[in-house]
Amino acid sequence: MEITMTLNGRAVTDHIDADLLLIDFLRAHGCYSVKRGCETSGCGLCTVIMDGRPILSCSILAARAAGHSVQTLEGLQEEASEFVGFIADQGADQCGFCNPGFVMNTIALLRENPNPTDDEIREYLAGNLCRCSGYDGQLRGIRAYLDSRQG
Amino acid sequence: MITIQNYVRAQSLEEAYRLNQNRRSRVLGGMLWLKMGNASVNTAIDLCDLGLDTIEETADQFVIGATATLRQMELHPGLNAYTGGAVAEAVRHIIGVQFRNMATVGGSVWGRFGFSDVLTVLLGMETYVELYHGGILPLEQFAAMKYDRDILVRVIIQKKPGRFVYQSMRNQRTDFPVIACAVSRIGEEYRAVIGARPGRALVIRDERGLLKEGITGERARAFADDAAWRTPTEGNLRGSAAYRTHLIRVLTERGLLALGGGYEWKSR
Repeated sequence: MEITMTLNGRAVTDHIDADLLLIDFLRAHGCYSVKRGCETSGCGLCTVIMDGRPILSCSILAARAAGHSVQTLEGLQEEASEFVGFIADQGADQCGFCNPGFVMNTIALLRENPNPTDDEIREYLAGNLCRCSGYDGQLRGIRAYLDSRQG
Repeated sequence: MITIQNYVRAQSLEEAYRLNQNRRSRVLGGMLWLKMGNASVNTAIDLCDLGLDTIEETADQFVIGATATLRQMELHPGLNAYTGGAVAEAVRHIIGVQFRNMATVGGSVWGRFGFSDVLTVLLGMETYVELYHGGILPLEQFAAMKYDRDILVRVIIQKKPGRFVYQSMRNQRTDFPVIACAVSRIGEEYRAVIGARPGRALVIRDERGLLKEGITGERARAFADDAAWRTPTEGNLRGSAAYRTHLIRVLTERGLLALGGGYEWKSR
């Protein structure tokens, strides 16, 4: 079947199998920031933003994304660059495998709630697992970014 | 692993129903649980073009379309005003925001999963399901039915005056619950709904009238003991049957005590 979606602002058309997952479609189109992790919808590594909402690209058919707008980290580097340095400063990136998912969901969080409390950050990012850091580093990094905006 | 030969966005409920009569067809919900299984699907039927992705509130009911997401439930101001936040509490522990942006109310209710927080909290209210061919029937009746090839169209919650409390016990954040417990008073009727037993959620009513004079610590404990005694439990990797029975007693009592002092929604 043929589908068309808007990927990082550009219309992309391709012929796909009906059971192709969005993550495989995205990686086939050069979006290597989208990582395959648990494949049980629980780790958040494959997070992308579809029509403004964070979703798990490992758990949705590419066919279902047809006609929608999908954003990956490749298309949001400028928005991400505002805060990723603060996370790196805390040593929270470690092995780096979970980072793209974390960053994508942090973008979604800050769009939805520009001034979250620590509890709101923890709750929003609960679906992003990190095997290295214990999460405090990410929290400190996001907090440092938010505090820096306060001037 | 799941394989799918054809993907169809149904353009009408009749088309979806007709396609679903083939036993190798599947209606897609959020696809999160479906993806975990092994299945060879001939036609995956997507309801996403049917305008069922809304939660509508009227003076006397909420109408939740089958493709509305758990995140929509979590954030719906009217639904959470009516339940005193019980609906948000029921779903906010489910994996993460991304998951709840995908998981649908229809998929959760249709699945009648034993671990379901959604089924548990909805059974605590005056809830009905609308099936394309089966019509409107109480959720409690639907929850006990076997799977068939009908289409779940909407979930309807009647806004009867009441109070609602939802609690769950998890071994770890974002995991399935070890036990889920919705406690409510709708009009004069008290009920405790016990989910993750780990079987399908079960409604326990105050058949002995233990709470008919109102909630006190002693009466709450008596009803909690009754609920624990009447609810069948089993063990699995998350907890033993005895542990679940203990949790039912604890959460039902706590829920009732919270209910006693909680917010009550009244119709205007």
